[in-house]
Amino acid sequence: MTTEKNPTPLTAKDLKTDQDVRWCPGCGDYSILKQVQSVMPDIGVEREDMVFISGIGCSSRFPYYMNTYGMHSIHGRATAVASGLKATRPELSVWIITGDGDSLSIGGNHLIHLLRRNFDVNILMFNNQIYGLTKGQYSPTSELGKRTKSTPLGSVDHPFNPLSLTMGADATFVARSLDRDPIHLREILKKANEHKGASMIEIYQNCNVFNDGAFELFSDKRTKLENTIMLEEGQPLIYGEQRDKGIVLDGYKPKMVSLDEVSADDLWIHDSSDRIKADMLVRFFDDPNIEGNFPRPFGIFYQEDRFTYDDALNEQLEAHIEESGSGDLDALLRGNNTWVID
Amino acid sequence: MSNTAQEVEKVTILFAGDSGDGIQLTGSQFSNTAALYGNDLSTFPDFPAEIRAPIGTVAGVSGFQINFGSTDIYTPGDESDVLVVMNAAALKKNLNRLKPRGSVILNVAGFDKRNLSLAGYEAEENPITDGTLDDYNLVQMDVTKLTRDCLKETSLGMKEKDRSKNMFVLGFVYWMYNRKLDVTIDFIQSKFGKRAPEIAEANIAVLKAGYAFGETSETFSNRFEVRPAKMAPGTYRNVMGNQATAIGVIAAGRKAGLEIFYGGYPITPASDILHELSKHKNYGVRTFQAEDEIAGICSAIGASFGGHLGVTASSGPGIALKTEALGLAVMLELPLLVINVQRGGPSTGLPTKTEQADLMQAVYGRNGEAPIPVLAARTPSDCFATVYEATRIAVEHMTPVFFLSDGYLANGAEPWMYPSADDLAEIHPKFAKPVEGKEYLPYERDEKLVREWAIPGIRDLEHRIGGLEKEDGTGNVSYDPDNHQHMTDTRQAKVDKIADYIPEQAIDNGLEKGKVLVLGWGSTFGAIKTAVLELVAEGYEVGHAHLRYLNPFPKNLAEVLGRYDHVLIPEMNNGQLVRIIRDKFLVDAKAFNKVKGIPFTAAEIKNKVAEIYTS
Repeated sequence: MTTEKNPTPLTAKDLKTDQDVRWCPGCGDYSILKQVQSVMPDIGVEREDMVFISGIGCSSRFPYYMNTYGMHSIHGRATAVASGLKATRPELSVWIITGDGDSLSIGGNHLIHLLRRNFDVNILMFNNQIYGLTKGQYSPTSELGKRTKSTPLGSVDHPFNPLSLTMGADATFVARSLDRDPIHLREILKKANEHKGASMIEIYQNCNVFNDGAFELFSDKRTKLENTIMLEEGQPLIYGEQRDKGIVLDGYKPKMVSLDEVSADDLWIHDSSDRIKADMLVRFFDDPNIEGNFPRPFGIFYQEDRFTYDDALNEQLEAHIEESGSGDLDALLRGNNTWVID
Repeated sequence: MSNTAQEVEKVTILFAGDSGDGIQLTGSQFSNTAALYGNDLSTFPDFPAEIRAPIGTVAGVSGFQINFGSTDIYTPGDESDVLVVMNAAALKKNLNRLKPRGSVILNVAGFDKRNLSLAGYEAEENPITDGTLDDYNLVQMDVTKLTRDCLKETSLGMKEKDRSKNMFVLGFVYWMYNRKLDVTIDFIQSKFGKRAPEIAEANIAVLKAGYAFGETSETFSNRFEVRPAKMAPGTYRNVMGNQATAIGVIAAGRKAGLEIFYGGYPITPASDILHELSKHKNYGVRTFQAEDEIAGICSAIGASFGGHLGVTASSGPGIALKTEALGLAVMLELPLLVINVQRGGPSTGLPTKTEQADLMQAVYGRNGEAPIPVLAARTPSDCFATVYEATRIAVEHMTPVFFLSDGYLANGAEPWMYPSADDLAEIHPKFAKPVEGKEYLPYERDEKLVREWAIPGIRDLEHRIGGLEKEDGTGNVSYDPDNHQHMTDTRQAKVDKIADYIPEQAIDNGLEKGKVLVLGWGSTFGAIKTAVLELVAEGYEVGHAHLRYLNPFPKNLAEVLGRYDHVLIPEMNNGQLVRIIRDKFLVDAKAFNKVKGIPFTAAEIKNKVAEIYTS
């Protein structure tokens, strides 16, 4: 379907539409939009081959601001719409834009099934731990006890751990980044694009109107270094303002240690192909404010090569044509048993 | 005695037994054989919703009725001439559907104390001996024992032996109607021959034994001859409604130059469409068994966005789940075929029984002003033509379209003079092409008010669509009040305009004007047709118009309604079409409703017409 290559290389500007971007001033979505627009020209995909599909929520207005093909669908169903598109048009570069409410609440079912099927798509899940568009109710990722309009006495819902859920659904690319770290986010977006299969990027996004500062601990210069670990392939898990702390694996139990006591060589070395370790890493999730425990990891937790649904479906179709020949309509209409009346 | 065959015009046989007795197979084998003898026929499978209801109970009775003959056949028959029962429960459930002085062929092994009690007969009650069957022509045979005897020499276990007892009955009925066993022997060979030769041999032996039993035993004196029907010359095949629907979708896709994507979720009685389509991947058909009904339709919408023909099928409760996505498809103005094989409702209702109570759901059942064209098939083979037409409208008018079938059509079978590929009309999708120096506007329309279909992958057609209200032309999000009024009116006008591209309503049977018009839609066709033809033969001034297009209606419908003193609308619901007709045409149409999970009989309709006639 693709026509000849663009004569002039694409720039971030080409990906902007004539529509006014209408997120609240200061919204984290602006940064995510900007990083996506600056990465897309470099990923080797023609603009006409890019498709952005979203559900409902603040994040889901995203396709209107990308000068590519796009669909703003219905609540929670972007993953389902994208499945049909990708199954029929595997050559397209399909990006799913969704939020924590959209994908983990109403769309939870479709999310896990897309991941297990491993469609070759990229999911950008904007997590702000709140319902923004409906003006501030708690979301499936809001912390226990969250006071909102719908939970004035505090929420009694146990929150989802999105990446653990993602691992449980056998995703083949699992990553976390945040709106306030543009360089990191761009890097992860590129890696997700390179990954063949379903890429899930949880992006911590600040909703400065209804849930301001939810991730400040991980983005503020003063607290960031003590509370985050940046995952780097083949590198030891080191963190801390002085980079003086690390994680070791004591059997199946991760432990925080001081580098005064343990040498860097003995630390947990990040290996994104290790499923068991990834399962543990996504569990570094308790609230440091409350428990002061493990630092929150960012980066690519897990990555695996597995056949994609879109390839498998289309290969099966081609194999059937190879075996039985391209369907003859008259043969189908005739069926197996006919009789003649003179 | 067996040499004298009495010639009969048409016969209705009802096979009934426990749902584990292989009744559906017996019935469909008999149908295939009758079809190959050139009989016209119509069938009505009727089975319980449970996979295995308690054995021997009335709840577990499975039935298969076939009406075949040397004359035209439009229904599976009001009452049966022959009732074949494998156990007491089957008799208990179906005796009221046997004609006076009809024949009962009965497996006595199914009438022991235990079976009688399971069927709900009182302690001393036994229909074989207590006079219940005195007025019928009763044929008793111990099918179980005869089957076991026939298989004495084989190494099969008792359970496996008993499993072939339906073949004994089938063989016997073949003898009664002077039919050859070839079709069924071929079927058994292809089904078991390679995989389990011993089972194949056993089934064939029992089938032949049943035939021989008819010939040698003197229990049954009559043998019948049903000559081929005087059907229009041509080549025929047998087809079931769901099968015809699936073939119709593939044919329409081919003639539109579109590959097909089917997103669906299993549900009775629609699942066979998924089963049929998934066999035909080499026709460019992609089937996707989605995680739920919503994903089924949403994936189909995604496929349509990508330039394939998106199709989804379900039944009432599943359609209810798809409703929000239907609204999206209306806003997106993409082609989408939505098949509803209706069943008894509300909620889970009567999953294996038929009803036509989703018309309101199809025509009106969405939030907001969301018009969707609706078409309904009238017979099993008509599912082909109607779904083909529904697809044409979806593609050429860029809209979701409802195709309504029902359980009765889905599982019913009839001979079909199938078309050749060349006979089928071409379908013309309106794909957008970039125009040098002109900005692409996704919601620009042609004279039909139809927008162009711009698919991802084409440079300079990049655009965004979605569920929010669109600005006219650009498709940008718009909350402008006047624009919303305009777009609402335009979407309605687009659907109304389809009336310019469909045939006018014809009178299907009977008189072109007169006292009573019987107006029907869907699977009531055969019963209405039979009733109206009989009434006309008796001198009544009655006509029958059957609607294929339910939204929009054919342009001349008001004029057609005006040619009769009365309009009667029989429906298997509580009065849905009748409401719409009254609303749109301000006529005093009379409702005739039946919501029993079973189709109308022709006699019921005849009586009702006669009643109105004299009013």
